[in-house]
Amino acid sequence: MNRRKLFADVDRRKFLEKGMSLGALTLLTGCDISDNDVVQAMFARVTRWNSFVQSELFSGTRLAPEYPESMAVKDFRYNAWYHYDQAPVVDAVSYRLELAGLIADKRPWTVKQLYALPQKSQVTRHVCVEGWSMIGKWTGTPLSVFLNRVGADLTAKYVGFVCADGYYESIDMPTALHPQTIMAFQLSDELLPTEYGFPFKIRIPTKLGFKNPKFVTAIYVTNRNPGGFWVDRGYNWFSGL
Amino acid sequence: MKRAPHPSTHDIQEHPGIVRVAHWLQALAIVVMIGSGWRIYNSVPIFGNYRFPIWATLGGDPAESKIAHMDPGVANALNWHFTGMWLLLVSYALFMAHGLVSGHFWRHLLPLTPRLLWRDFVAAATFRLGHRLGEYNAVQRFAYWGVLFAVLMMFVTGLAIWKPVQLSWLTWLCGGYPTARVLHFIFMSGICLFIVVHVALVVLVPKTLLAMVFGRAAEAHHE
Repeated sequence: MNRRKLFADVDRRKFLEKGMSLGALTLLTGCDISDNDVVQAMFARVTRWNSFVQSELFSGTRLAPEYPESMAVKDFRYNAWYHYDQAPVVDAVSYRLELAGLIADKRPWTVKQLYALPQKSQVTRHVCVEGWSMIGKWTGTPLSVFLNRVGADLTAKYVGFVCADGYYESIDMPTALHPQTIMAFQLSDELLPTEYGFPFKIRIPTKLGFKNPKFVTAIYVTNRNPGGFWVDRGYNWFSGL
Repeated sequence: MKRAPHPSTHDIQEHPGIVRVAHWLQALAIVVMIGSGWRIYNSVPIFGNYRFPIWATLGGDPAESKIAHMDPGVANALNWHFTGMWLLLVSYALFMAHGLVSGHFWRHLLPLTPRLLWRDFVAAATFRLGHRLGEYNAVQRFAYWGVLFAVLMMFVTGLAIWKPVQLSWLTWLCGGYPTARVLHFIFMSGICLFIVVHVALVVLVPKTLLAMVFGRAAEAHHE
């Protein structure tokens, strides 16, 4: 191969490289590369980093602002990926809350037993990942009280939830033990209506709305991150406020 | 022999490498932040039913996203937004640190008084404001300070929206959660206005683009 040919090849390679970077640029500007595998892999790395940063920022004692009861919205916004008349109707008599994982006493709980737990109220702001927010009044048992009572391993990393509508969610242990994280049995001083999560929802004012699972049918404690319904569809896992 | 342009006969505009890198990284980050921000905004608009056209937003094809994420691209947009913010944070910090420490800001973006601003504004509005490469008039100085402040406020209001519990004092300073969201939108609008004028002026004086790409541009005096 003579020298000229060699140079021509080098030039061609350069031309190809330039062409490819130009192509990448066109992709960037011309059409949307969001669902490209490389981009999704980058998102996965950044979202892990963002979860880490948020867990560092999180304080187990700092409380979410509480508002006067007069500011609580009575007809709270319904929110799910399905219409409210599709919401699962949980039978109060046959219902059992199942416990699993790193919990000493795994005996299931009836609604009656759950509702007999000590309760307190909070008027806090529910913030949706989409941007809307609403102040509501929730009443229920601090999750930490419940986890202590059933002998959960509080040194474990995660608490997972399974729901009657196919939803699932998980949170970090520090958030699970936060004083304002409650098993909410009531909304606006009334028994939690079906579409709002009867028999109870996990109300976490230090997290975005989708981290507050409804119609909880099972709670488990684990050291493996269980993910979540929206988290597995690209939303940030920690999603703290 | 061709001689290099000389300051005594030419107006020179020079940008050190650090300024150029920080400038273009900020430009990229801001485009990503605005595009993805508009897609996030679209899911729950602040102003009535106004939504940004999909082509102007970032978050992927809504139909494809419905399958992969069960949403019209909000997960993607949030991912872009919370990726872009780190790029913007790093490039903005670099730009500010350099501008403040090197003296670039003090030398080129000051003095700036209401009097000077008014004088140059009137001159610009009546098309009598000359442009010398490498020198900023009072309107430009105001615009540059303004956009740097707006980006800072995007961080402040953005943090207030992102962390209304851990940084509740900041959210309170921004007038509460819903107001912080509106402020975030308003400062975004200010940045958009800056971009429109900035790009229009670059089109009018293309040599400024050469300086921001290659580091130096020169132009013979034309008085």
